[in-house]
Amino acid sequence: MKILVCIKQVPQKDAPLRLNEQGTWIRDDVSWETNEPDAYALEEALRQKEKHGGEVTALTAGPARAAQVLREALAKGADRAIHLEDDRFAQLDAGNTARAMAAAIAGENFDLIVTGLQSDDFGAAQTGVLLAEILGIPHATIIIGIEKAENGLKLKRELEAGHYQYIEMPMPAVLTIQSGINKLRYATLIGIKQAKTKPMRKVAWAEIEGKLSPHMQKIEKLYVPGSQKQTKKIEGPAAQAAKELVEYLKNEARAL
Amino acid sequence: MMDGFGENLIMAFPFQGVDFVGFDSLLNDDERLSRDTARQFIEDNLIPVIEECNREGRFPRELVPQMGQLGFFGANLQGYGCAGMSNEEYGLVMQEFERGDSGVRSFVSVQSALVMYPIHAFGSEEQKDYWLPKMATGEKLGCFGLTEPDFGSNPGGMRTRADKSGDEYVLNGEKMWITSGTIADVSVVWARVYGDPDTKEGQVRGFLVENDRPGFSAYDVHGKWSLRASVTSGLSLQDVRVPAKNLLPKSDGLKSALSCLSQARYGIAWGAVGAAMSCYDTALRYSLLRKQFHDKPIASHQLVQDKLAWMITEISKAQLLVLQVGRLKDQNKAEFQHISMAKRNNVWMALECARLARDVLGANGITDDYPVMRHMMNLESVKTYEGTHDIHTLIIGQSVTGIPAY
Repeated sequence: MKILVCIKQVPQKDAPLRLNEQGTWIRDDVSWETNEPDAYALEEALRQKEKHGGEVTALTAGPARAAQVLREALAKGADRAIHLEDDRFAQLDAGNTARAMAAAIAGENFDLIVTGLQSDDFGAAQTGVLLAEILGIPHATIIIGIEKAENGLKLKRELEAGHYQYIEMPMPAVLTIQSGINKLRYATLIGIKQAKTKPMRKVAWAEIEGKLSPHMQKIEKLYVPGSQKQTKKIEGPAAQAAKELVEYLKNEARAL
Repeated sequence: MMDGFGENLIMAFPFQGVDFVGFDSLLNDDERLSRDTARQFIEDNLIPVIEECNREGRFPRELVPQMGQLGFFGANLQGYGCAGMSNEEYGLVMQEFERGDSGVRSFVSVQSALVMYPIHAFGSEEQKDYWLPKMATGEKLGCFGLTEPDFGSNPGGMRTRADKSGDEYVLNGEKMWITSGTIADVSVVWARVYGDPDTKEGQVRGFLVENDRPGFSAYDVHGKWSLRASVTSGLSLQDVRVPAKNLLPKSDGLKSALSCLSQARYGIAWGAVGAAMSCYDTALRYSLLRKQFHDKPIASHQLVQDKLAWMITEISKAQLLVLQVGRLKDQNKAEFQHISMAKRNNVWMALECARLARDVLGANGITDDYPVMRHMMNLESVKTYEGTHDIHTLIIGQSVTGIPAY
């Protein structure tokens, strides 16, 4: 199986975030890591390769620092990597990110494309689905189990309230992977050394720019919610105060 | 009063590293990845069990196979199944191990720097081919026998001897304070050689002694208040016969043994930074949650801030010092006095951090709900072993004055 894993570099969980000067996104001087559901997608891709043979390619779109997530993927066992390298790739909306990735893998003909079901930073959960649409292949989301069947894939999806759905679909396909589908491996120290020798293809902004559309989505303003703690003291005899409290909860706080 | 207001919630957050001066920007991708792999491994596997191991005085041997699989043993050696990491990558791994526990880091240091390194540096091809791949996976464990009950800082006084007898050497002597002695498959034993036409009479050389040879026995040191999660042993050799091929052929005097210690000390200088990070990180988080006087976090007190500022400053200086020694080491320019300075400074700094962090945590600091007291007790050993703090002072003193003052 020829598998592609799309990986995003996101701010480290629990990293202290500060807004940039324009108030449109966070400042860049944080620690970065692999988006968690993408790490599970990579692990699933590596497991499928180990079971069925083939190769795993890791792809990311973002500035030079994003190469770190590709090095990690190569160290864990991916065979090669594709880096859409430019600061501007990090500012695309989900639709254009999908267009950029589709353009970068033109002619590659992957049997299976996996990615996390959403990113830990934007959380749009659209990129994988849109990529499938642009490539004209089917997709399935929130996958927690993958088995190769004779003519495609047998999949387990996580629905709401503890329900699961079992489906079959043909390949090629795009799957968005839920965190926890498997147990993540560590990059071995030898793997880290070997990663250096594996091929990494860089894709420049100029190669992709013509394939993009006007952004459908843009962040106008981000802000930290102000503190809104207010104390209202109801005075008077208990019976009257209780009546006033109920009125307040009903009409002003709308809690009743 | 030990009235924890849920402060030990702070141990529920994973360790994120300590970086005040943009230290990470001095590291390349491989260095960061190696550190992150070790950090994740320690967080997932050692942190959940270390306090129990420390209480029970148990070495978490169950982690050895995975350590081997990930390449942590002999990580900076080339070939023979070793990862071939740079000295900085190796050092960062040691840092993360000691962020977990000095005893577990000591175990890795011994396996890597005191057993695999001398086999790699002074061994025959046959010795390397046999031992190194098995030691890299953790299938075989080793220990290093240099120190004797009466010879610590002055190993040159050693009494252990190896008498040549036909195609064999006969070893006799006692070794003490030997990490991993009773769990090792093989010991690198340093002994004075007598009756060997190829060796100057009384010269110190290294031998590989399989621990199951007749006359060899190892016993554990009990009652330790330090490094409780690693094994500390004594070795006794009574007419232990080893074939001549067990001599490390390129070992040549005490300086060979001391070069192993230089390797290990370098790793310790990084490890100490990890222990200090753990103490600082714990103290910082605690001080932000613990409230005293007017319902304010103790972090708002000047005397607490003084302690935190001291710790983060010393940690930052220590990181930069040991990184530079690592860069020198990669260029083969690190001299023993450089490594002495890094070991001496960083272990002292870490021990001071542990003591300050214990102050910040108040009574809670003495319990094993927090790692601080464990690090403090461990670091008392680390300050002494592999060249005591004072001996490293004399090494630096001799280096700058040209006058030995031992």
